[in-house]
Amino acid sequence: MTPLTWIRIILVAAFFGVLEILCRTRVIKPVTMIPPSEMVRELGALLASGSIYDDIRQTLAAVAIALVLAVVSGFPIGVVLHAVPRLRRAVDPLLATYYAVPFFVFYPVLVAIFGLSQWPVIVIAFMFAVVAMVISTLNGLDRIPRVLDKVARIHNMGAVETALRLKLPAAAPHLFTGLKLAVAYSFIGVIACEFIMAASGLGYAIAYAYNNFDNRTMYALMLFVLALVTTINMALHVWERRLLRRRVR
Amino acid sequence: MTKAGSRIVDLVLLIAVIVAVWQGIYLLAGDAALSAPLETVRHAIELLARPRFWLDIGESAHAFAYALVIAWLGGVGIGVWLGGHRLSGDVAEPILVALYSLPKVTLYPLILLLFGLGISAKIAFGAIHGIIPVAIFTMNAIRNIKPVYVKTAWTMGLSPLATVRTVLIPACLPEIVSGLRVGFSLTLLGVLIGEMFASKRGLGFVIMNAIGLNDVRTMLAVTLLLFVFAALANSALLALDRHLHKRV
Repeated sequence: MTPLTWIRIILVAAFFGVLEILCRTRVIKPVTMIPPSEMVRELGALLASGSIYDDIRQTLAAVAIALVLAVVSGFPIGVVLHAVPRLRRAVDPLLATYYAVPFFVFYPVLVAIFGLSQWPVIVIAFMFAVVAMVISTLNGLDRIPRVLDKVARIHNMGAVETALRLKLPAAAPHLFTGLKLAVAYSFIGVIACEFIMAASGLGYAIAYAYNNFDNRTMYALMLFVLALVTTINMALHVWERRLLRRRVR
Repeated sequence: MTKAGSRIVDLVLLIAVIVAVWQGIYLLAGDAALSAPLETVRHAIELLARPRFWLDIGESAHAFAYALVIAWLGGVGIGVWLGGHRLSGDVAEPILVALYSLPKVTLYPLILLLFGLGISAKIAFGAIHGIIPVAIFTMNAIRNIKPVYVKTAWTMGLSPLATVRTVLIPACLPEIVSGLRVGFSLTLLGVLIGEMFASKRGLGFVIMNAIGLNDVRTMLAVTLLLFVFAALANSALLALDRHLHKRV
């Protein structure tokens, strides 16, 4: 591990250490926050009891479906917009303001359309994630070096071969960024939607615990969600590093 | 056709397509799910005539203004520090990115417990949404600055504060404005989410209340107003952004 990683670990550890001390010495009162060590113990008990597995399964399934839909449709939309500059110019204002819309508002509309199922949550998370993928695809395609077109012509490559062997690899880092954003936004969409409105899932469990003044369960669940998302993001980060290193060689 | 003219045509077409899709979904899903575009606009105008509605707008605007100031100033401050100090930046960047992709709504109960119910919790929640992207954009802008600028400042014996004020910030202004734009949208989203949960005032509450009463018209009218506001503010910042990028 590099020294930087060590500094980072020490910083994070110090942060939780200070938090632990503040909670133990009652500077932060237990009604506000329980000590991190208690959160871990509480989470262990919660996982052992198995009572949250249904919520976990439901949330992860919703995130996975939203993510797949966002990537599978976001990439082609980006390609089409890139191919038709006129269309792209027209939707540009929409892309730029997109993330200022509070999508959660559409939840009841979606419930009326899809009924009380997981689909309203999934659709909202999808709406949240897909545009990040579209924008990253556009960024990636914009930054393909012009010279690759000439390379393709010199080697007499067809359109498909050019796309697969030259353009796709050239745009890959940006596409990966899109994937990372889509993962993050799917999680944000699903959990926020569950938190505010839905009646099941991890986000709902946190809001439910909050409304019942059940701080111990609430902090255990918060720890679980934050640890889970951070782990997934870090895994993607490491994977991205590895891919980039291979490109340079 | 002139360039500006064709852009207006594009915009009108875009709005026409959105309205058509909206009307289409309305015809498909019916009254219970959606209100028609024209009716929604009419209702929005009606809402704007009610004094009670302006109290909610005022509440949201108040919270948003504070959150935005904190997010912008805090974000630029953190970004300048992390961009200027190599080691801090290297250590902090992955942490910032990790924080950026967290579902921050999970932290909302904590913020409510820390700040109590009321406007300060909304402000804090809006600010944590906006501050991180502003910091990330600013940090990257300062890191990518031409080394010769920094060397010039150093040769001229500028103090660190003067270097930041007269060299670093002017040189990075275009990228910083891009960051401020992203921060603007996210702060607005944060404040609204804050109002949708455990709040009794503001536009987010109006929406939640309308959802509870199944008042589809109000729900969509408020969303439309928010969207128009966000779109106008965003285009203004985008125009500034493009202008600054062109200047460099």
